[in-house]
Amino acid sequence: MREFGYHRATDVPGAVAVLAADPEARYLGGGTNLVDLMKAGVERPRRLIDLRALPLDRIERTHDGGLRIGATVTNSDLAAHPDVRRDYPALTQAVLAGASGQLRNMATVGGNLLQRTRCAYFTDITKPCNKRTPGSGCPAVTGEHHNHAILGASTACVAVHPSDMAVALTAFDAVVHFTTADGEAELALDDFYRPVGDTPHLETALPPGALITAVTLPPTPVAALSRYRKVRERASYAFAIGSLCAALDIHDHVVRDVRLAFGAVASRPWRAHAAERTLLGARPSPATFAAAADAELTVARPLPHNAYKVPLIRNLLVALLTELSEETPK
Amino acid sequence: MAPDGTPTSSTITLHVNGDKHTLPLDHRTTLLDALRERLDLTGAKKGCDQGQCGACTVLLDERRTLSCLQLAVAAEGRDITTIEGVADGDELHPVQQAFIELDGYQCGYCTPGQICSALGVLREHAAGWPSAATEDVRPQAAPTPLTPQEIRERMSGNLCRCGAYTSIVAAVEHVAQSTKEPMA
Repeated sequence: MREFGYHRATDVPGAVAVLAADPEARYLGGGTNLVDLMKAGVERPRRLIDLRALPLDRIERTHDGGLRIGATVTNSDLAAHPDVRRDYPALTQAVLAGASGQLRNMATVGGNLLQRTRCAYFTDITKPCNKRTPGSGCPAVTGEHHNHAILGASTACVAVHPSDMAVALTAFDAVVHFTTADGEAELALDDFYRPVGDTPHLETALPPGALITAVTLPPTPVAALSRYRKVRERASYAFAIGSLCAALDIHDHVVRDVRLAFGAVASRPWRAHAAERTLLGARPSPATFAAAADAELTVARPLPHNAYKVPLIRNLLVALLTELSEETPK
Repeated sequence: MAPDGTPTSSTITLHVNGDKHTLPLDHRTTLLDALRERLDLTGAKKGCDQGQCGACTVLLDERRTLSCLQLAVAAEGRDITTIEGVADGDELHPVQQAFIELDGYQCGYCTPGQICSALGVLREHAAGWPSAATEDVRPQAAPTPLTPQEIRERMSGNLCRCGAYTSIVAAVEHVAQSTKEPMA
């Protein structure tokens, strides 16, 4: 591991200024991804700016009835918060489905959004990887890719984003707030993650040096009727091979509102806009749910060893929406 | 020191099991290495050193934490409890007693991490935290008891290569069901 300086930030402008002065510095949240990557030699910061003492660890109601979640709120505190559990239960379920109790106690909301892929080629500095070393190639395309992307990928990179939390935040139209030397700004989560294209090393639309300060959720009545389901190769403590955040509101036997976001299928959490459009105003049934899944998955481009994800996601969507439709008042 | 003069080590004070230890250390030092190599507290184990096995679990500000991913310099000023600090003098903690009585270990390597993690589980459950095994996570739902299924899910970050899981779950369940709810 490269030697590094350590700075404990006490205010947001100060933290931003330290990083602006040293582009080889990195912000440190819980360290559950960054310290791991530093041990692997993937990340080699010259300086760490510890964010723990910053006043970003609160969850509060916004004036319009949504939620504002500070960037250094731990995953555990986010999942356990009564307002999250009541108004956005799939977000609690998504966070609890991730990692382990110890990791959730350490990891921050901001860090969770920014965590890197767990593709084995990315994390191994002896292997080529266009995301880690632009232009070096992508061994996953013809190599080990059973848990890689079926949507939105390119020949340059087929990695998936591993976050569960981000999938639920995507379904609920979260907004990411950040600060740079020029002041405060925000990005819809929908615009936060860049398309892979031929620049897989550029993952987010954050300007250089930006410090995420909060994530806000708009008031979303349908989110109270939501569920997160994660499919994995073990009963617990494993990354998803496919996941779904679904919210469904039925009125007069017709879908009045629906949210769908997939995890572990793309380099970013995947909002299923086409599926949602198919369902809005439709009569809910397993057949319409399947048609919605098919509408979304027409653009799927599976690889030889991850083609199972297409029927997996389809079945997951049908099963979870059927379950929700049987529980919600009509 | 880095080429530009930035200090790459610091003298810090760690609060461990009620004692204060002031020591100079390289910023790269994890809390696990500081505990084991500098403070002779070898209870926490280095099982994987990448946050995946849980053998390094300690309590940081009363929350279970992986000491292998926790930088020591970032733990300054926080309350650290290791397995060596779980008993009250010669009086074993109920969780330790249960592990003995219910045979919650074989080789014992993962055990300090299991016990520290179990202490965290009991505290988190007492605070009303749901888990991935909880059917209804809404706050108005009835409190979820610590069933074996809940315990297995909440303890899933602690691996045991000897496979003592059944006994570990039984030990935690035993403590959860005893009349006094213990808090470390």
